[in-house]
Amino acid sequence: MTTYLIKGADLLGAGRQDLLVTDGVIAEVGTVTAVDATVIDADGLVALPGLVDLHTHLREPGREDAETVATGSAAAAAGGFTAVLAMANTSPVTDTAEAAERVFDLGRSCGLVDVQPIGAVSKGLAGEELAELGLMARSRAAVRVFSDDGKCVHDARLMRRALEYVKTFGGVVSQHAQEPRLADSSACCHEGELSGRLGLPGWPGVAEEVIVARDVMLARHTGSRVHIAHVSTAGSVEVVRWAKSQGIAVTAEVTPHHLMLDTTRLTDYDPTFKVNPPLRPAEDIAELRKALADGTIDAVATDHAPHARHDKEHAFAEAAFGMLGLEQALQVVNTVMVQPGLMSWEQVAAAMSTTPARIAGLTGHGRPLALGEPANITLIDPSATVEVDRADSRSLSRNNPWHDMTLTGRVHSTLLRGRPTLLDQEVQQ
Amino acid sequence: MKHLLSAADLSRDDARQILDTAAQMHDVQQREVKKLPVLRGRTVVNLFFEDSTRTRSSFEIAGKWLSADVINVSAKGSSVSKGESLRDTAMTVAAMGVDALVIRHHASGAPLQVTDWVDAVVINAGDGTHEHPTQALLDAYTMQARLGDLAGKRIGIIGDLTHSRVVRSNLILLRTLGADVTLVAPPTLMPSGIANWAAAEGFSYSYDFDEVLPKLDAAMMLRVQKERMSGGFFPTPREYTVGYGLTRDRLRALPEHAVICHPGPVNRGLEITADAADEARSLILDQVSAGVAVRMSVLYHLLGGAENA
Repeated sequence: MTTYLIKGADLLGAGRQDLLVTDGVIAEVGTVTAVDATVIDADGLVALPGLVDLHTHLREPGREDAETVATGSAAAAAGGFTAVLAMANTSPVTDTAEAAERVFDLGRSCGLVDVQPIGAVSKGLAGEELAELGLMARSRAAVRVFSDDGKCVHDARLMRRALEYVKTFGGVVSQHAQEPRLADSSACCHEGELSGRLGLPGWPGVAEEVIVARDVMLARHTGSRVHIAHVSTAGSVEVVRWAKSQGIAVTAEVTPHHLMLDTTRLTDYDPTFKVNPPLRPAEDIAELRKALADGTIDAVATDHAPHARHDKEHAFAEAAFGMLGLEQALQVVNTVMVQPGLMSWEQVAAAMSTTPARIAGLTGHGRPLALGEPANITLIDPSATVEVDRADSRSLSRNNPWHDMTLTGRVHSTLLRGRPTLLDQEVQQ
Repeated sequence: MKHLLSAADLSRDDARQILDTAAQMHDVQQREVKKLPVLRGRTVVNLFFEDSTRTRSSFEIAGKWLSADVINVSAKGSSVSKGESLRDTAMTVAAMGVDALVIRHHASGAPLQVTDWVDAVVINAGDGTHEHPTQALLDAYTMQARLGDLAGKRIGIIGDLTHSRVVRSNLILLRTLGADVTLVAPPTLMPSGIANWAAAEGFSYSYDFDEVLPKLDAAMMLRVQKERMSGGFFPTPREYTVGYGLTRDRLRALPEHAVICHPGPVNRGLEITADAADEARSLILDQVSAGVAVRMSVLYHLLGGAENA
């Protein structure tokens, strides 16, 4: 295995060091001289532990025209990720040990990023009976995160049982919080003045907040861990903040798009901006940023949701929900959090690597950049300005909401256990 | 103005011009030979993703009286279920070399989206619960014919506002023409964010019809679908009528000069009593007859008929 010398990287923004990477681990930190190694010139780059995404849709099996494990892995590597959690809403659904192992194996054979399957909470995501959570946990894929994402586990009894059940193997339920009686499947625009003007079915913030409130109480009652996926409103933040103050085991994630893009993007009915939960007003965005900075929100997760072009070229109300996120996530966090001084690189490392790895139970990820640790490393040039072009994406899909926007920061290289998966912006197949 | 997608596309001058031309077209309608040669050789396609007898036939007659070739294409049903995208449908029809697409769609914003994909002029003939600009033009035309200039006139729009595309276009156009608009509905049938919207645009809204009624110059009653009950928007039709219907008692409270409009189809007995619908000051049939003239005017202005005339 090639030895790499990362020369002069700024480690989590705490100062310049060299990193010697050999046999998949960090063999030396400090000033490294004269070794037989391939040098990666990291002058001006910040080094972070490899990023971990708690929320990715890879679409394989079932919708290989939108994304495959291979193309999604390439997009992940390009975005600085070394591990992604693949959501269960594929076809067939990941609701058995066999289905989970298949996704796990596809990821390993591709080798660009560790693909860790998320298991469905309910059989077929139908919200009625528990899926085989224990068998998925015992499988080779060692599933620890369970989610019906795309759908809410709205039945309180089923949610309670799931939370109780996953305790035996340290699992966590990641909830897509959407009370279907308050926001049904047609809801597609934040309910407010704009949805009124545009005549689009409203998706009120309260439909998320009542489920978040219910689920933190269920977590308290069952003594289990609950994770709130893609928190999008100030009200949800308030509930999570309160729950944490009570010692309830709740964690929460926010997406890059909910940190940056507001509901006014919908004015032209461009389905690229149709996402679930919907883009929210600027006031919510401000609260989400604050909550991420103060740790109320634990993690940034992409909800990378590729869609074939023809699934987005419908009338807004009929187009598919979701947008890409893997390749722009770190750029967005840099642009809206780090550059304005809301977050340090150390906090970014926590929110995008250490904490998501801990939530997901991935022991080989989210480790410090220190001697003897696995060499999962992301290098970013924090000052580069990039005009995003959706045509440049490694994803198979083009539903990139940042197309034509200028972001600050460029992912330079990504190393997975000492092997570059991205080197000077080139994905290393 | 290339397309007519929203009433907001119309400046006050645009709107006045379209209404003036509509008056001339209305005269043509009274002639024995109604055809004008202004759009000869032009092709107008009525692309309807949703059923509509009145709007479609009104556009069809309007086009034909202007000598355009008018073709009706029904694309009913969700394009998603058919596997054809909106883009494919629109581009397929446009590829036949049409000059204008008159689009009715069950989803808000669809006609606007189509303008990204085709070169033809696009006219919104009603999109979801968003807008229906030609309906607003014909409503304004009808009211203006009876009340004179609408500047400063007090117009109430009453009914199921949240699910209505008519209200949005009317609100915008009437404001453009200088009218003083008040929306009236129970809170469950008001558009979302009404307080902010009203404050931003300078119109009023009220949950109390009886308070608004005596000050009105025109009462525009919008259809309330009985199916809304299942959504819990109001308890019973009876309760709706008592609170928001144009009943006999309310008819007496309405100023004598005031007119009554309804874009139809009318739910007699629910939002409007039979008496009110048939009263002399009811403009309901005038609205239908103005529909053709207004749509002739819109086609004429958008298809550059002015140069050919």
